[in-house]
Order: sequence, then C-alpha cells, then structure tokens
Amino acid sequence: MITFEGVSKRYPDGTVAVDHLDLEIPAGRITVLVGPSGCGKTTTLRMINRMVDATDGTITVDGRNVRDVDPPTLRRGIGYVIQQAGLFPHRTIVDNIATVPLLLGRNKKEARTHALELMERVGLDAALAKRYPVQLSGGQQQRVGVARALAADPPILLMDEPFSAVDPVVRTGLQDEFLRLQDEVEKTIVFVTHDIDEAVKLGHRIAVFQVGGKLAQYASPDELLAAPANAFVRDFLGGDKGIRRLRFTQELEAEDDASGQTADTVADKAADR
Amino acid sequence: MSPLAAGDDGEPLIRWEWISNNLTDDIAEALREHLILSFTPVLLGFLVSLPLGLACARWKRLYQPTLAITSILYALPAIALFVILIAFTGLTYTTVVVPLTLYTLSVLVPGVVDGLAAVPDHVRQAATAMGFGPLRRLLQVELPIALPVVMAGLRVATVSNISLVSVGAIMGLGGLGQLFTTGLQRDFPTPIVVGVVLVILLALLSDLILLGIQRAFTPWERAGGTRRRKTADQAALPGGGAA
Repeated sequence: MITFEGVSKRYPDGTVAVDHLDLEIPAGRITVLVGPSGCGKTTTLRMINRMVDATDGTITVDGRNVRDVDPPTLRRGIGYVIQQAGLFPHRTIVDNIATVPLLLGRNKKEARTHALELMERVGLDAALAKRYPVQLSGGQQQRVGVARALAADPPILLMDEPFSAVDPVVRTGLQDEFLRLQDEVEKTIVFVTHDIDEAVKLGHRIAVFQVGGKLAQYASPDELLAAPANAFVRDFLGGDKGIRRLRFTQELEAEDDASGQTADTVADKAADR
Repeated sequence: MSPLAAGDDGEPLIRWEWISNNLTDDIAEALREHLILSFTPVLLGFLVSLPLGLACARWKRLYQPTLAITSILYALPAIALFVILIAFTGLTYTTVVVPLTLYTLSVLVPGVVDGLAAVPDHVRQAATAMGFGPLRRLLQVELPIALPVVMAGLRVATVSNISLVSVGAIMGLGGLGQLFTTGLQRDFPTPIVVGVVLVILLALLSDLILLGIQRAFTPWERAGGTRRRKTADQAALPGGGAA
C-alpha cells in the first residue's frame, strides 16, 4: 500500500504542483491518477519514487517513509514505465529488459534468460531479443518498457501515460493485454493518464485531479460516473457522456458475467466507440 | 621556378631511387614524427575536452563562454601560434602539440556537449527512474549514446591535425612537412610528392580506423538506418575554417 498524508509540492517560484494530498493506494490493484495537464498527477506519481521530492507531508510505501530510503535503492524496487518507453537506444531489447536485475547485481546469463521469458509474457516475439529499440514499432517498444519495469519483479509499478504515444488501435490492444497481465502479476499499479476513458477502463480506483494540484475525487469508476463530486469532475467526465459511459461499463460487466469473453469484447466495444 | 614544374629541366617528378635510399631513415622518421605530432594533441585534447564538455553540459552557463574562447583559438592561424610559442618552448614537439591541442578542443568540446544533448530526455529520466546513480548513468547511458557525435568530432580533429602538422615543418618542427621543405630548398620534387601522398594516406587511414572503431562500438547506429548518424556527423562539424 502507498499512502500520501498531507503531501504538497511547491516549487521555488511559488507554483503549487500538488496541494495537501491525502491518498491511499491499495496493494495489488490499478489506481489511476487522471486530470488535465498541469493538475499535478505526474508530480504525484514521481514523488513515490522520489524523482520529485515532496515539500510537505509524508509518503509511505508499505509503511516505510520513502524519505528514509536512498533514491537509487528505492527506485530499483519500483517499476517505471513512461510515455515514449524511455528505452536505451544503445542496448538490445533483451539487455534493456535486463537493466534493473543487472543493476541489482544479478547474474548476467540468468537476467537475460528471465528477460526472454518476460518478452513472451508481454507478447513479444523472442526473435526481437537482439534488435535495438529503433527497429521496433511504438507498440512493441511500449511492451518492452513494460517488460523492463517487471524484470526485477517489483511489487509496485508506476506508469506515466504509457499508452498515450501509440495509435488508438494499438492502444486498445495494449490496454487489454495490460489488464490480462495484471490479472497474473497483481502488482500495485499507479497509472497516470489524461484520458478519462482509459482511466475508467483500467482503474480499480480513480483519483481525479484538478488544476492547482487538488484531488477532486477519489472513487471507483462506477461511483465516479454515477456521482461526480463537483462541477469540475462532471465536466471532465464529459457531462452526459459520463452517464453513457456508466451504462456502457455496466453493460460490459453484464456481458462479461454472461459470456466470460473479457478482452475481446472490451476491445470491440472500445473500437466501436 | 617551382620544383613541381621542374620537369622541363629533365628532373622527373619522382626519383624512385631517392625513395628507396631514404625510406628507412628520413621518410620513416618523418612519418613517425608526424604520427606523434598529430595524435598527441588528439589524445590530450580528448582528455581535456571530456571533463570540459561534461562541465559545460552540466552547467549550461559555462558553454557559451567556453565555445567563444575555443572558437577564437580555432580562428588563430597555426603558423602565428607556432611563431609565438617558439619564443617560449623552442623547436620542440611542445610548440606543435600545444596549438593543435587547442584546435582539438574547439572541435571536441562542442562534440561532447552536443553528444550529451542528443541523449533524449525520456531516456535520461528512465535511467534515473530505474535506479541509476548520476555517475553510473553518465558512464553506462549518456556517454555511450553521445559516442557517435564525440567520435565524429574526433575524426574531424584527427584529420585536421594531420594536415596542420605539415605547417610546422616551415618552422623546422618535424613531421612529413620536412619533406616539403627539403624538396623546396633543393628544387627537387620527389620528397614533396612523397610527403603529399603520405599525408593524404595517413589522413585517410586514420579516418578509416576511427570510423571502424566508431562502428564497432555503436552497433545500434547502423540498426536504425542512416538518418541519425547523418545528424551526428553534421553536429560535429566545426563552425569556422582552420588556420
């Protein structure tokens, strides 16, 4: 579990990126931070692995204050996926994936073998292992990014708009596989997006941020769509469209219960939209 | 009359027996000196450029002043620097090595800075987020990615030095340029031709070897086609003309 207690981030120029945030992120679930740009969602994410240090308040990971851990050590225990994948252009795919295990001083051969297993797990052909990132498509690069974040088997995964840079069809596929993968690995995932549809699709809990770094609402997708906390959240959900989404997700759940075809149905529906 | 136009006197452009008579002493010695005088500045320049470039990349305010100083040094004619330095260091290797090291700086410092600037921000961020400390990130991520641009600078500096060392011979400072002065003084074209050919061969060969090293150490560059390598080479070209 990750907790934020009265956390603020204020920059020297007076800008407040995050304002008195209290948040409990449950273990083994996907929690989505969503909001318009400048709302502090990425800053919030980055404070967890101390890419950004909070000015006030306390952040704990499994009861431990992140301030008490030296940043590189903390970060090696937390997977991180970013928008452009952030792959190392000078390393092969398999070596990219093995990065963190090698940083942790694990055996090189074992790290590579494990990396190959991970490639299969995220749906990458093992033939790509010796290629370089530039030879892969955007979608494939994102899969490598996810595999790399999982390589050291960290309990926590931070994902900063990981699927935003790929085209909508690929994105839908990646989202579906991400959900399937999460069913297997059950990581504590904090996922940042500006896309409310993505948030509703992936999130077990959704934290809606509004400009000025304030948490507007923290709820399950159903609660959020049924009862937006304020006008900002209602607008962000897209007014009436929010209601449609609610109906849509409820239909999906009904279908899932009936047929059990989760991923394909979601993909089709999402594509229809 | 120019010695190269001396054919009318019955003097051939090349006397092969002169070459075979002088191959092991004069020519080999000149070549050896030329190699030392060209590569010592490259090595010294590299050793100075790396920390200087890193500092300029880290503290961006340093870059413009540093660039201005190295560019001014680059604009100074080599021969003027040789003359000035002879007063202090005499007819020694130092007199050639110092100016050429300064020229190397003017190519390599921007090479290091531009190379590091070419590291995409998301790659740097990802490295930090995965738990690389600053030094490890520099050595394992940033410098390897900067390598093609740095190597391009190194190649420009090397070829430019090989050509400039010849100028030093006018002051009696050694290298293959001595063959030019010998030829001019004796009105005898063979040493000049030998010198020119060797300087060109040396430059071509050095560039090829450096290119080979660059390719061996940057296999990912070829994986992605030619687009990125082209921009890397362009980034390393010096702004002004040589002395």
